[in-house]
Amino acid sequence: MQSEQTQPRDEQRKPRVGLFVTCLVDLFRPSVGFAAIKLLEQAGCEVHVPEAQTCCGQPAYNSGDRTNAQSIAKQVIAAFETYDYVVAPSGSCAGMLRKHFPALLDNDRDWSERAVRLAGKVHELISFLVDVRGITKVDARYYGTVTYHDSCSGLRELGIKNQPRDLLASVDGLKLKEMPNAEICCGFGGTFSVKYPDISDAMVEKKTDSIEETKADLLLAGDLGCLMNMAGKIKRQGTPVAVRHIAEVLADMADDPAIGDGSTIGRQ
Amino acid sequence: MTYTEDSRNKIMNTIRSSLGVSGDEAERITRTSIRLDQHKPNLIPERARKTQLENIALFRNMMESQSATVVELKGMDDVPGAVAGYLRDNNLAAEIRMGSDPILTELTWSAALALETKIGKAVPQDSAALSRAFGAAAETGTLFLLSGVDNPTTLNFLPETHIVVLRKVDIAGSYEEVWEQLREVQGQRTMPRTVNLISGPSRTADIEQTIIMGAHGPRRMCILLVGTT
Amino acid sequence: MEPTSHAFKDNVRKALNDDQLQRALGNVKTGFIDKRAKARAALPEFDQLRDQARDIKDHSLAHLDLYLEEYERKVTYSGGHVHWAATAAEAREIILDLCTRAGAKTVTKGKSMVAEEIALNDHLEAQGIEVVETDLGEYLIQIRGETPSHIIAPAVHLNKEQIEQDFRKTHTDLPEDRSLDRPEQLVNEARTVLRDKFIAADVGITGANLLIAETGSSVIVTNEGNGDLTQILPRVHIVIATIEKIVPTREDAMTILRVLARSATGQEFTTYTTFSTGPKRPDDPDGPEEYHVVILDNGRSEMLGTEFREVLRCIRCGACMNHCPVYHAIGGHAYGWVYPGPIGAVLTPSLIGVEKAGHLPNASTFCGRCEAVCPMRIPLPKLMRKLREREFEKAASPWQQRAGIKIWAFFAKRPRLYRRSTNILIAILARFGRRRGTFRYLPFAGGWTKYRELPAPQGRTFHQLWREQRNERVHK
Repeated sequence: MQSEQTQPRDEQRKPRVGLFVTCLVDLFRPSVGFAAIKLLEQAGCEVHVPEAQTCCGQPAYNSGDRTNAQSIAKQVIAAFETYDYVVAPSGSCAGMLRKHFPALLDNDRDWSERAVRLAGKVHELISFLVDVRGITKVDARYYGTVTYHDSCSGLRELGIKNQPRDLLASVDGLKLKEMPNAEICCGFGGTFSVKYPDISDAMVEKKTDSIEETKADLLLAGDLGCLMNMAGKIKRQGTPVAVRHIAEVLADMADDPAIGDGSTIGRQ
Repeated sequence: MTYTEDSRNKIMNTIRSSLGVSGDEAERITRTSIRLDQHKPNLIPERARKTQLENIALFRNMMESQSATVVELKGMDDVPGAVAGYLRDNNLAAEIRMGSDPILTELTWSAALALETKIGKAVPQDSAALSRAFGAAAETGTLFLLSGVDNPTTLNFLPETHIVVLRKVDIAGSYEEVWEQLREVQGQRTMPRTVNLISGPSRTADIEQTIIMGAHGPRRMCILLVGTT
Repeated sequence: MEPTSHAFKDNVRKALNDDQLQRALGNVKTGFIDKRAKARAALPEFDQLRDQARDIKDHSLAHLDLYLEEYERKVTYSGGHVHWAATAAEAREIILDLCTRAGAKTVTKGKSMVAEEIALNDHLEAQGIEVVETDLGEYLIQIRGETPSHIIAPAVHLNKEQIEQDFRKTHTDLPEDRSLDRPEQLVNEARTVLRDKFIAADVGITGANLLIAETGSSVIVTNEGNGDLTQILPRVHIVIATIEKIVPTREDAMTILRVLARSATGQEFTTYTTFSTGPKRPDDPDGPEEYHVVILDNGRSEMLGTEFREVLRCIRCGACMNHCPVYHAIGGHAYGWVYPGPIGAVLTPSLIGVEKAGHLPNASTFCGRCEAVCPMRIPLPKLMRKLREREFEKAASPWQQRAGIKIWAFFAKRPRLYRRSTNILIAILARFGRRRGTFRYLPFAGGWTKYRELPAPQGRTFHQLWREQRNERVHK
């Protein structure tokens, strides 16, 4: 990994990064968490994983349960506020911490300032590497054609568009083929996908059509929720496209079975 | 009306309680009356802040991209011939309806052979009309037409063909400049019954998003751009 | 119209299985989006103008009482009449009364969403008045007995074959063997039929895109010119508008108009933008003899005092629905009332109650595209979330959902318990899902697995594995 920034000199301590793992990565795809740690360490960070984290609270927040969302937000703030940065391998969760925690706690005298202070330190993984750490290249290889889906929160709340593409361009052997309408929602939307499965399906079907059109052999995105939705549809349709989180490819850790292709963890 | 007075009070009261005001606050009243009196322009796009020559060129471009025909004439004396010529070239009847605008009626219409001119508001049988625009904004190729005996509003909509005389000196960059010109002529805080801002002939996209010209208003529009630059 | 928003899920199923509709919805995606993007690119100041447009409306709303009073003074001064209607029923009565007094047999109408909101046509028709919609799209749905499926393109759900059939059924006095294959022929036929109506009409009713306090003018924008023929030919012109349409000056109007057409159809400017002030003047040869403005509240003055005030900035451009993937999937009718798409998802529950339209703000992935394109910068996802909160507080959402969230939150708030429980849950799931890699069906996840596989977890949670690895790292 190469950085345009000057590496921190010895007396300068490494930035301490609190990794917000996200609930989906924790439960469904821990390998994304390890890929994130590898990338962060390569970028000169000291990575910590606070124990007192579960979820960012979006399921409650987006279901109208403000009270529970506030409690969870406070829990996250308390667990992460001592780090220099908070990084999540998800635009959606990073957006929640960065954009929505301050709004959620703005009437709380004790917490609103803490929420704003935390928000200023929160980043989505890939944009953190590029925009904050100045990373321009990764040491990774993938011999095939990939296509990239822009997840909504990352794109529209955090402005993540070129950063993943710039890093993918440095992966040895990787060819990026853009899909039409890469910026259109895949139909996941958290609880939306189970509350309105018919609409969600109509949306994800349009998305998988776009993916198929590229003839790519691998679909990447920066949010596991979207990825599980698209992978779930791709598997049901039987299309030969593998699905992975972008961090797995950038960290050169794309050897595990792809999403929905089984697992080797704990099988040894 | 039976309820309108009660309802007016009810609406006003709810608005005021929603805003947390009584309506008598001197500061609010001053703020609104200053805004109305000053009628300051907001942001004017850069493309509307150019030289007169550029304004004319932009107006022409925009109008043509909106499917209107633009013909440049040296002087008002060329108008009758150009009207006759446009009608002939489009295989249209040699007749034209216009209002009492002296700038149009005082032209030598007899010079345009066989062209029948009719004065007054448009009637359903009229096939073509001639109006004079009060002004125009170059920024989107938009004509400003004022109602009245000089240029009745029906001329703008009933006939299938609408020919509009626009003097080059009357082209402004922005809409706001035209409103300012209108204030100079008509006074502050007053308007003619109708001001039509027109950007090309009538159209619709209501059938499968396909643009079709001539929905209800004119099917074709020709701008006679008069003056030397 | 009677709202069917409560039956949203049924409406959705119907819409998704309607091939004709699905084909027509393709036009929304290709038509509007590219054109808006081009118009935006052609005007570098576009986003700055959006900020100003937002500020103008915020200022107008904050001084709404004063500007409405000023507007009323100016309308009266120019010889017009202002009528105030607190409710839809009042507005209908006022308009019916005006029509009756004008001895109206035929009324022409320009497109007006407010008229749809108060179901004006039914009311006038019940009194034997012929009401003719003159916007082509509105006319198409009127002869089908439908409601608009889009704010600016009411008939966007129709294909031209359907329109041809409707015309043959309705225009029975025209030769049967006429050709109606091409859109031009359909437009021409509508032009001819409606021209007679314009001329016969006694009263013309239009909406208003804006009301201007400075001059007492109402503004409408059209591309067809139907709104103009509606208002200049009949003896009486009635404008129906809601309180939040007011802006201070012509200058303010122009800023909003600069973003309106570009956001709506992607045009630089609409073909016709008409400023109407009072009835015809003494020496005017044409124009209406009477000019009435019916100003309707219908719940808006109360909204002004709530967190939903921002919705009142809406200028009805339709950009939010044009860019909404949910709207693309289900079309406008599924929303079940007058206003579809994201703006409808906020406006409908606010106007008819969250109990009747609770689905609408829930049926969004919060993808944020609506807010990204809204010319008035209305934070639509935020407002939908507020409605979900209202629903949750009132316990109006389905109890299973609320219970599910509460159980989940109970664990999420207790990290240690959460970790122990998820370790077990994930181990079980992984054992069953490992071989196939996905679940075809899972109890309690039917909503997901109906159409999709559920990818199986890798086997152990990240936190479990991390703890082990860290121990290894330390012991090395």
